[in-house]
Amino acid sequence: MTTFLETRNLTKCYQGQTVLDDVSMTLDEGEVKGIMGPSGAGKSTLIRCLNGLVPIDSGEIYLGEKRLGDKHTNMDKVRSRIGFVFQDFNLYTHLNVRRNVTIALRKVQHMKKADAEAIAQQELARVGLQDKLEAYPAELSGGQQQRVSIARALAMKPQLMLFDEPTSALDPESVGGVLRVMRELVQEGMTMIIVSHEMAFIQAVADDIVFMVDGRVLEEGTSEQIFEQPKNQRTREFIRGLATEAAGAPAEQDA
Amino acid sequence: MIYQKILDNLPYLLNGAGVTIGLAVGLLVLGLVVGLLLALGQVYGRPGVPFLATAIERVFRAIPAVVLLFLFYYGISGFYDISSFSAAVLALGLRSAAYQSQIFRGAILSIPSGQMAAARAAGMRRSLAVRMIILPQALRQATGPWTNEALSELKDTSLAYTIGVVELMRQASYIVAANYGHTLAVYSSAALAYLVLSLAASYGLNALNRKLAVPGFES
Repeated sequence: MTTFLETRNLTKCYQGQTVLDDVSMTLDEGEVKGIMGPSGAGKSTLIRCLNGLVPIDSGEIYLGEKRLGDKHTNMDKVRSRIGFVFQDFNLYTHLNVRRNVTIALRKVQHMKKADAEAIAQQELARVGLQDKLEAYPAELSGGQQQRVSIARALAMKPQLMLFDEPTSALDPESVGGVLRVMRELVQEGMTMIIVSHEMAFIQAVADDIVFMVDGRVLEEGTSEQIFEQPKNQRTREFIRGLATEAAGAPAEQDA
Repeated sequence: MIYQKILDNLPYLLNGAGVTIGLAVGLLVLGLVVGLLLALGQVYGRPGVPFLATAIERVFRAIPAVVLLFLFYYGISGFYDISSFSAAVLALGLRSAAYQSQIFRGAILSIPSGQMAAARAAGMRRSLAVRMIILPQALRQATGPWTNEALSELKDTSLAYTIGVVELMRQASYIVAANYGHTLAVYSSAALAYLVLSLAASYGLNALNRKLAVPGFES
């Protein structure tokens, strides 16, 4: 396997507060990496740094041979090949589903209208929403909106998909549909980084899990290592807390 | 008798109303273009630009309309043969730009930051994202306050009377002067004309508003 993405000693501060502290990790092609940790750990900031949505203060990010932030690297071009799925979907509210999926194909990739629409139909069929082409985001449920946003990202033929807590804003009934779509992507071999609290899902699909606390990588390993023999006390507590929560009992630990 | 006089002078009143509409449309279009540029400068401008845009906006909001009209008409006509109509469009249009810029700025800032983030994440340049994603949403947000501003400017065109633009109000004054009296009746006719224009404009803008509404987004 070839290294697809690598971060070296990433640091990011917001108003004097360190949100990312010396984060180094690598992602191989076809790898699915889960990022877990309590809120405020810097998970979202980390994946926003990976596509340059958030500028880093120091450290380096390599995407293949390309160094992000290098003046020879066209960040818009890089971003157009990295799919990003947001916690709150961020569908363009003034455009219908079809235009949400095709707009970047048309305006960024300068694709012909017919070609873009063919791709939109194909990707929307993949997420089970081929009958919602003309609907507007406000007419869809949260789960449907999130599936459209996944289709929108996939339409760009991304080399990497970043998921920022894709199911955290959904009601329990909608979560399954979104996870099903993501699981299919895993099976197709998509390279993915997933920030999520869906423990069972991450455990099942992630090749590798990064556990973060306070902007630092506390522990990294395979899902067996992290879930079954966590080395770190903090990791253990967090996993136990999630497990209790998943079992329906109130979490002991306020993560 | 009075009605006959008004009926006889109706063509003049209508002519004045035509000039009033011309002034209003001219100043609103100028205000729209300049106001949008000021708002974009305030929100997205490179260092220095927001300050400059804000300075322009403050100046035009601080000076009374009549003073602006005099400044532009007598100021410009010193070295360029400007018509009172053009001077009025310029003066009132730039003042309206200052007000409109605040409508647009507020509307742009009201669009959730996730919209820009999603557009940038898909590889759009910032300028493209503003054009395709932010502005179409912001302008829809702005239509309500913009309708207010348009109606207010429609009425303020009567101030152009002071620099000699022969609009509705000045036509009414001519009719009064030529007829020794019937003052109240003539000015009432002018008032009625403004009322009709305002109602028509408000009806038209509201229809546009409904046409632009995004399904499921606004009630």
